[in-house]
Amino acid sequence: MSVNQEQRTIRCLVAKVGLDGHDRGAHVISRAFRDAGFEVIYSGLHRAPEEIVQAAVQEDVDILGISILSGAHDTLIPEIIDGLTEYDAFDDTLVIVGGIIPDEDEEELKELGVAEVFGPGASMAEMIEFVRENAPERE
Amino acid sequence: MQERSQGDDAEHRTGSPDSDGSNGPGDDSVNPLIEDLLAGKHRALARVITKIENRQPGYRELVSQLHQHTGDASVVGVTGSPGSGKSTLVDKMAATYRERGETVGVIAIDPSSPFTGGAVLGDRIRMGSNVGDMDVFFRSMSARGSLGGLSTATTDAVKALDAFGKDRIIIETVGAGQNEIDIVKTADTVTVLVPPGSGDDVQMLKAGILEIGDVFVVNKADLDGANRTVQELREMLDYRDGGLPRTVGHHGADAAGDVHGEDDGTETAGWEPTIVETVADRGEGVEELLDVLADHRAYLDRSGEREKQRRARYAEEIRTLVREDVNELLAAEIEHRGGIDSFVKQVRERETDPYAVADDVVGPIEECLSERRE
Repeated sequence: MSVNQEQRTIRCLVAKVGLDGHDRGAHVISRAFRDAGFEVIYSGLHRAPEEIVQAAVQEDVDILGISILSGAHDTLIPEIIDGLTEYDAFDDTLVIVGGIIPDEDEEELKELGVAEVFGPGASMAEMIEFVRENAPERE
Repeated sequence: MQERSQGDDAEHRTGSPDSDGSNGPGDDSVNPLIEDLLAGKHRALARVITKIENRQPGYRELVSQLHQHTGDASVVGVTGSPGSGKSTLVDKMAATYRERGETVGVIAIDPSSPFTGGAVLGDRIRMGSNVGDMDVFFRSMSARGSLGGLSTATTDAVKALDAFGKDRIIIETVGAGQNEIDIVKTADTVTVLVPPGSGDDVQMLKAGILEIGDVFVVNKADLDGANRTVQELREMLDYRDGGLPRTVGHHGADAAGDVHGEDDGTETAGWEPTIVETVADRGEGVEELLDVLADHRAYLDRSGEREKQRRARYAEEIRTLVREDVNELLAAEIEHRGGIDSFVKQVRERETDPYAVADDVVGPIEECLSERRE
């Protein structure tokens, strides 16, 4: 293999934030992303927003997928987005959210800059397709 | 490369990052991304590493501009079998360095799938002691198909962390089996983790990973069998020095002493690999480990080994780049002349032979070079 041959790989951070101990979904998605050829960094459970920001900035991920089932999305997600903005990382990171999000909150999250919200019943294929199509173009 | 004096600092960074505007031989415009990196922007550092990993167009220019800002960081490699506690130990090492006021860069490599190229990079989960501390820059990498325990981009990524100004750089390899030893080509000091119960003394006779350690860490030293592992390692190290084992016998159980192998190494004796016992998840033995690493650094400087190590590495790096570049040049030339298949066809039809084809393709380069030399 040549040293000059470009090989771009989509990098994702799958993040569990706040007091929410359910990560089966996050595991399943990490695995599906892996099998789709992405590089997946899994945050582990009970992360604070600042940890997620630190990870997203340092790992330079294309996609930040936040899994949240606790109902605290309307406090935690804005904190993450603010943190990303502080480090100039928000513009070229695609933020997606998965979990139990009421419809009216979904609208709010999207206004904040969340690209898509995937609720129960969303299919893996659909998510992978979305990520492939919307991964930020970086020069 | 120029001959240099043995003075240890001669090769170190030639100026502080922002002391002048000129960078890289023959190119005086600094890439804005490098400017941001040198100014301490985390995002720029992260992006430079991404470009290096992806081998994006222009990454070579980036690395070449980084070069003159490197040379100050010490690079420690941590390797060992899967589950031996590398990530946990690295976390505690980073936290302890931070307590000592030093900044830390970590590169942690996990395997990638041979089928899809995908990867789950899980080392970050163990970095619990450095939450929110941006002065620990932790980056996960997948091996991207490379064997040997590192990714091909690792060495260049280390340069980026070094130029950014990290004092200590830790590379955590893929969970290694017996033969993933690429780490010796990049790290100044190699730390090999050997958990208790890693097999009997015959395992210790084997070639490979146990030959490359400057420091051995028996992690999980609170588990049964740790003393035995320490003893077997010590025996192995004594053999390695060419002598008969001095420590075979019944005094292997002095678990109180964490640091072994203090044979009062004189200047001529070379480095005696040291065994340290740790319990990484409780942070036990980490201070001792860092002290031993500092001893090894001092040894490298004192003995001139560091100088030798660096020369050998630069030489290897130059050779690799030249080889790759020439390969690429020739691949393009073959393509230009109708592709490898057309040559193959001629060879099969006995119109020509492989040697003649090779001469034919390489000949013009030889001619061109010998003309230039005159």
